[in-house]
Amino acid sequence: MESKSSTTGNRDNPNRNLHGSKTMMASHFLRALFRIQQTSTSSSSAGRSRRIRRAAYASMAYSAGTRRAWSRALLRKLRSRARLRFPRRLSRAATPQRRDMDQAQVLRKLVPGGPSMDDCKLLEETADYIRFLTTQVRLMQTVMDSISS
Amino acid sequence: MSSRRSRISEEEITELISKLQSLLPETRRRGASRASAAKVLKETCNYIKSLHREVDDLSDRLSELMATMDVDSAQAEIVRSLFRS
Repeated sequence: MESKSSTTGNRDNPNRNLHGSKTMMASHFLRALFRIQQTSTSSSSAGRSRRIRRAAYASMAYSAGTRRAWSRALLRKLRSRARLRFPRRLSRAATPQRRDMDQAQVLRKLVPGGPSMDDCKLLEETADYIRFLTTQVRLMQTVMDSISS
Repeated sequence: MSSRRSRISEEEITELISKLQSLLPETRRRGASRASAAKVLKETCNYIKSLHREVDDLSDRLSELMATMDVDSAQAEIVRSLFRS
């Protein structure tokens, strides 16, 4: 799988990881969609929708792999067949380390694996999670546009 | 925690907050100047919630479309358009 080369050194460029991941994300998601279409001809639209939603988070998590805490947490949830709910109820609240990070408690419920992250890690993981989420959303939009055209 | 350690953490956190801000749609639109950490966190939470809602919404719409359309035949076109973007 080729990755785009960049004239500016791309070791710290977060988009470098994302490009290879985009391809994985797309192929994983498309394969899942195809399977869902094959195996759910008689089921309800709502059931199919839940499977598609699950496939969306699965392709995000698999393409990010195990190098990120958020993707590891998502993969654990997916494998245990637990329901994917955001926001999560916090069972063990991490202590806010700075006063203006109180809003971080809300953020912890939204990012997979959030509850066990300190403030610094939470911010790093959140940025990565957002990049993958927006990529997944754009992917789903592209699929929709292609199917409906 | 020594004061030196907490100063480094402050800078790190400020840097990370700034990075987060650059990912938010408001910032991309208006090139906003540096906002407070609390504001960035709040907008980040709202942004993630809206992205989650978009995934839900697109799943619903894809589900309805797939009832009538063929995913397989669209695959080549989808992959092509993804590589273009």
